[in-house]
Amino acid sequence: MSFKESFGRRNRLLLREMVKTDFKLRYQGSVLGHLWSILKPLALFTVMYVVFVRFLRFGDGIPHFAVSLLLAMTVWTFFSEAVGQGLHAIVARGDLLRKISFPKVIVVLSATVGALINFGINLLVVLIFAVINGVQFRWQIVFAPLVLIELYAFSLGLAMLLGALYVRFRDIGHLWDVFLQGWFYATPIIYPLSMVYAPKGVTVESRLLMAKILLMNPMAQMIQDLRTLVVLQTDTVWTFLHNPFVKAVPMVVVVVVVALGVLVFNKRSQMFAEEI
Amino acid sequence: MSGVEVLDANDAEVLEGGGERAQDVVVSVRDLGKMFRLPKEHSGELRRHIINMLHGEKGYTEFNVLRDVSFEVHRGDFFGIVGRNGSGKSTLLKLLSGIYRPTAGTISTVGRVVPFIELGVGFNPELTGAENVYLNGAMLGFSNAEITAMYNDIVAFAELEGFMDQKLKNYSSGMQVRLAFSVAIKAEADILILDEVLAVGDEAFQRKCDEYFQQVKLDPSKTVILVTHAMESVRAYCNRAILIENGEIALAGDPDQVASAYSRQFITQSEMSTDTDMRYGTGEVVIENVSHRLAEGRFVLDFDLVNKTDHDRSDLAVTFEFVTGGVVALGNSTRFVEPYVDGIVVRASDSEHFSVEFADNFGNRDFSLNMSLGDRVSEPLDVRKNVVEFSSANVEFKKSWHMVGLPIIRKAG
Repeated sequence: MSFKESFGRRNRLLLREMVKTDFKLRYQGSVLGHLWSILKPLALFTVMYVVFVRFLRFGDGIPHFAVSLLLAMTVWTFFSEAVGQGLHAIVARGDLLRKISFPKVIVVLSATVGALINFGINLLVVLIFAVINGVQFRWQIVFAPLVLIELYAFSLGLAMLLGALYVRFRDIGHLWDVFLQGWFYATPIIYPLSMVYAPKGVTVESRLLMAKILLMNPMAQMIQDLRTLVVLQTDTVWTFLHNPFVKAVPMVVVVVVVALGVLVFNKRSQMFAEEI
Repeated sequence: MSGVEVLDANDAEVLEGGGERAQDVVVSVRDLGKMFRLPKEHSGELRRHIINMLHGEKGYTEFNVLRDVSFEVHRGDFFGIVGRNGSGKSTLLKLLSGIYRPTAGTISTVGRVVPFIELGVGFNPELTGAENVYLNGAMLGFSNAEITAMYNDIVAFAELEGFMDQKLKNYSSGMQVRLAFSVAIKAEADILILDEVLAVGDEAFQRKCDEYFQQVKLDPSKTVILVTHAMESVRAYCNRAILIENGEIALAGDPDQVASAYSRQFITQSEMSTDTDMRYGTGEVVIENVSHRLAEGRFVLDFDLVNKTDHDRSDLAVTFEFVTGGVVALGNSTRFVEPYVDGIVVRASDSEHFSVEFADNFGNRDFSLNMSLGDRVSEPLDVRKNVVEFSSANVEFKKSWHMVGLPIIRKAG
């Protein structure tokens, strides 16, 4: 099944209906309904703000660290939700795959698009928060969508890769949970990168390498880029790393993951109906 | 070379220009084969997979479900596919629908195929009837505007006016099926693939469906492929049919012949079994003239015990084993039944006739009966495996058949 075929009229309709259904059913039976999509991130933000900014004082001396933190949290929440739901999507929709023939990628797409809708709502909350916090938006914010595209492509690619493997190897689900936890702490989200290489405000040579390695992870690259574009200039792959080959690492990882995801998914998807 | 080839409408017109009989072929299946890989124990675990890879072992066993299946379906056909459970007909249907990939051979279809492996695919109990119509419609390839246009027809056909804003979970199962069926038949497909969906709804709805299928049967532009166990449907609607046996086409052509052959499958098996059964024992006393009948919910077994020696035997016992699915499900012996606890008596060179009744607790299953004749000490005198086979489908079905106690043996007459 080629990609061109996947986006034919019939499949677009199917994708739309599946996303709509998921969205309708998300807060089914709750009193506040879709108000929860705003309330949940707001509550989470409050907790993060109190713990990391007020109590632990992680961002002391860094202007608008609260907004940076919430922006990064939002990005990470999207990433873990999109990949997590995409990973389970094929197996969860097994009954459908066994009964009708349609491009399997639609199932993963609908799961990630669902997460994307949530992401949009959360971003809106972050922007409002930023305005209240007195952030002066920079003109560079117009480049932010490029990073968001990279983020979606990376999440989708990873979801396709893991989702396809999960059909055969259920270990992937548990492995991913553990890996994701580690990845979260390896990414400068709750702490600024400067805490790694300059713990007491003074740059330590031996720790620079560690910070550089952390930045080579695509999630760190995207989060730092978004922070720079939206909030305030901070350490990014482009300013912090010097070797052009090293600078290219995060992008190369994204391209490789997406390519691998599409390849593995296309190859394995023919057998999904039998293997689920 | 294997794969599913889909020709588009333009190709269909080119074919029509051919002017031969082949012009009407809308589904062409050639040398189709399907092999399943049945995973061995624990092969879903990554650890097992790696161990298997290192040892060069396969984590699965291969199982050929279909072999060398070839047939053609012409435009306007109502094409029946019949076969016993496990014969491979559902696999064939899934291959035709594009859900499975063939491991050998090719399938080519012309036009739009809409498969209904099951009615109401994607139905969600938390959505209302109306929302489910749109969702199910999208699965069948309709846009919202198209469904809106035929929405009233669907609701009217399903006879569910006034229920459409209710959640599906509040529907009765009959209502759900009616709704699903009504959406399904509105699909403007060139080729409809139906699996066992004819038996839905109450009698009035059945009549409606019957009318619809009669209409489809007469429509030369619609092609239907129907998989069913119901031979009356095959006879009523189909103009051509195939019988699948053990993954191969056993018979193709006239639906009446195919339906008869299908029904005969069950009879020939029980007749054949007397020729191929296993029999051993010393043969001093033997079990003969075994016959059975199912009457008024009772299974009655008649047989003679023939003493071929010149001395009396008084310590005999007959053991009965009812086997279903390769397992002895029920058993009993005359040893447990008065007045034979101490043994059945058969005089020298004489015979005794027995008629044994079993209570109707078999349920809806196929059984075969093993009988063995023995005494308390020596080797078995006569053991007959598969001495009769019967299907107790006409016995009242009791869900707890295996919980019901041992059969009752009575000497009748």
